[in-house]
Amino acid sequence: MSALLEVDNLFKTFGQGEAATRVLRGLSLTLEAGAMAALLGPSGSGKSTLLTILGTLMKPTSGSHVMLGVNLVAADDRALTEFRNRHIGFVFQFHNLLPDFTALENVVFPTAVREGRETPAARARGRDLLTRMGLGERIDFPSANLSGGQKQRVAVARALMNRPELVLADEPTGNLDRESAMQVMDLIAEINRDEGTTFLISTHDEKIAGLCRRQIVVGDGVVTG
Amino acid sequence: MLYALKIAARYLTASKAQTALLVSGVAVGVFIFIFMSALIGGLAEFILSRTVGDISHVTIKAEDRDPAILIAPDGHVLAVTERGRARTATLAEAATFVPLIETVPGVTAVSPQISGAGFVMRGAQVAQVSVTGLEPGRESAILDLDGYIIDGTARLGSGTVVLGQRLVDDLSLRLGQTMRLQSSGGVSMVLTLTGIFQTGNGMIDASSAFVALPTARTLFALPQGVTRIEIKLADLNAADDTAQRIRALTGLDAVPWTDGAEQLMEALNAQAQTGYFLKSFALITIVIGVASALLLSTYRRRPEIGIMRAMGAGRGFVVFVFVTQGALIGLMGGLTGAALGYLALLPFPARDDFRVGTLPMDITQGSYGLAITLTVIGAILASILPARAAARVDPVTAIGQ
Repeated sequence: MSALLEVDNLFKTFGQGEAATRVLRGLSLTLEAGAMAALLGPSGSGKSTLLTILGTLMKPTSGSHVMLGVNLVAADDRALTEFRNRHIGFVFQFHNLLPDFTALENVVFPTAVREGRETPAARARGRDLLTRMGLGERIDFPSANLSGGQKQRVAVARALMNRPELVLADEPTGNLDRESAMQVMDLIAEINRDEGTTFLISTHDEKIAGLCRRQIVVGDGVVTG
Repeated sequence: MLYALKIAARYLTASKAQTALLVSGVAVGVFIFIFMSALIGGLAEFILSRTVGDISHVTIKAEDRDPAILIAPDGHVLAVTERGRARTATLAEAATFVPLIETVPGVTAVSPQISGAGFVMRGAQVAQVSVTGLEPGRESAILDLDGYIIDGTARLGSGTVVLGQRLVDDLSLRLGQTMRLQSSGGVSMVLTLTGIFQTGNGMIDASSAFVALPTARTLFALPQGVTRIEIKLADLNAADDTAQRIRALTGLDAVPWTDGAEQLMEALNAQAQTGYFLKSFALITIVIGVASALLLSTYRRRPEIGIMRAMGAGRGFVVFVFVTQGALIGLMGGLTGAALGYLALLPFPARDDFRVGTLPMDITQGSYGLAITLTVIGAILASILPARAAARVDPVTAIGQ
C-alpha cells in the first residue's frame, strides 16, 4: 500500500520560556492509504495534539507533514481549510454536531459550505449515509433530539460526506455505552473495508484498538510502538 | 453565499426570544428616528407656513429711476433732481411678464400689485395704512385673504375696501360703512368696507388696506403698470433657483424670500442640526445594541464556529454568517420600527391641517426609506467586529470547550 501521509521529526511546543511544554518530541509516522489504525497511549502522551496537527487544525513547531504529496507545513490558512474540507474527516468524542440543525443538515454541511448551498446531490448522499448508519428514520430530526449513539453515527456520516481519504477519530466511542460503541466501530470497519477510507482512531479502549488492523502507541511525544 | 444566509437565518430563529428582543431594540431606535424626522420636519413646515406661508416667495419690485442730472458742456454737473420720495416706480410691462412668469415650473400664483402708503379717514379719526391693490379674482393668490375673512367677502371691486379687524375696531367701522382713503400722493376716494379679515398678525390686522387694482391706479396715479409682482411657489425651498430662473427669463430683479430672512434660516438650520444629533444618537444606540448582542452570540457559539472551521468553513464564510445576521436584524428592526412609526404618526393631522397647540408631526417627512437603509448599514457595520472575532476563533480551543 502507498503512503497516504507522512510526518517526520515532528515537534510541538506550547508556551514559551520556562512555561514551555513540549508535547511532541520528534515524532515520525507513516500511514498507508486504506489503513485502519488505532492510536494508543496514556493521557498527555500527545495523541490529541498529533491528531490536531494531522487534521491541519494546528501547525507543528517544526518537522514535516506531507499528505497526498502536499507539504502542509508550508500551506496558508486558506489552503489548509480547503484541503481539510476535501480530504479529511473528523469524528470527535462529543460528536460536536450543530445543535440547531437537523441530522441531514449536519451531514451535508462539509459539502454545502464548499459549494455555497445544499445541492440535491449533496442531500441525496447525506440521506444515503444516514440510512447506512441506521438513521433512515431520523434524517430530519433536530440533532439535539437524538441519543448519544445516534449523534455519534451522524458525526461519522458527516465525516464521510466529502469522501475524504483520511478520517481522524478522537475517542469516537469514549462517550458511548458498549452497544453503541460497537455499532459505531462496526460502521467504521465496514466503510474502511468497502470504500478504502483510511481511519486513525485515538482510543484508550483496548477492545476498540483490537478491532483495528494496526496499533500505534505514542508515549512522551514520540511513537513507541 | 446562500448557505451562509441559511445558517444566519437559522441562528436567528433558533433563539427566538433573544432575536425578538434584539429586533425590538432596533425597532425602537428606528421608531425614534422616524418620530424625530416627522417632528423636526413638521415643525419646520409649521414655522415656515406661519412665517413665510402668507408672504411672497419671489418678489419683483420696480426699481427707482436714477436721479436726473443736468450736465454742462464741459462735463460739470450743474444740477441734480433729488429722487422723489413720493413718486412711485413702476413695472410698466407687467402685463407682458405675468403670463411668462406663470409658465415657470414651480410657480403656483402670480399677483401683480400696486402698493403704497395711505391714510384711512373717518370723521375725525385718521389711521396710517399700507395700501395694496390686488387684481380682482386673485385676492388670495399670496396672502390667503379669503381664508382670513371673518366678515363680508374678500372679493374686491370698484369702490370697495377690505380692512383688518384691529383697524376696523380702532375706527369703529362696520361692514357696509364708507370711509375715505387717501394716498400718500394726496388722491382720495370714498370706499365701502366689504370685508374684514383677521390673520393673527397684529401688524397686518391693524394697518393693511386691500383695494382692487383699478382703485389703486387711481389712488397712486398709475394709469398703467404695477409697483411689484408677487409670486407664490409650490416649494418655498426652491425660491432661490426660481428667482434666478425668472431673472434670466425676464431681466427683472426677482428677489427670493430667503434674502433678508437669514435669522429664520439660521433658526431652521439649528433646529435641523438638533434633529440630526437626535437621529444620530438613535442610530448609535442601534449600532451598540446590535454589536453587543452579536458579540454575545459569537461567544456563545464559539464551539459551533470551531466545528464549522474544522469541517472546512473558511474565515470569510464565518464573517459572512455573522454579518448576515446583523443585516437581517437591521432589516427586520428597520421594517418593524418604520411600520410602528408610520402607525404612530397616523392620528396626527396632515401637514395642511396643522393647528396651534398640537404637535406638528408631518407623516410624509418620516424618512422611512432612509431610516431603514441607515439601520441596515449600521447593523452591518455593528456586526463586523463580532464577525471578525468569530472568524478568529481557534477551532481546536473552541471544540475543546
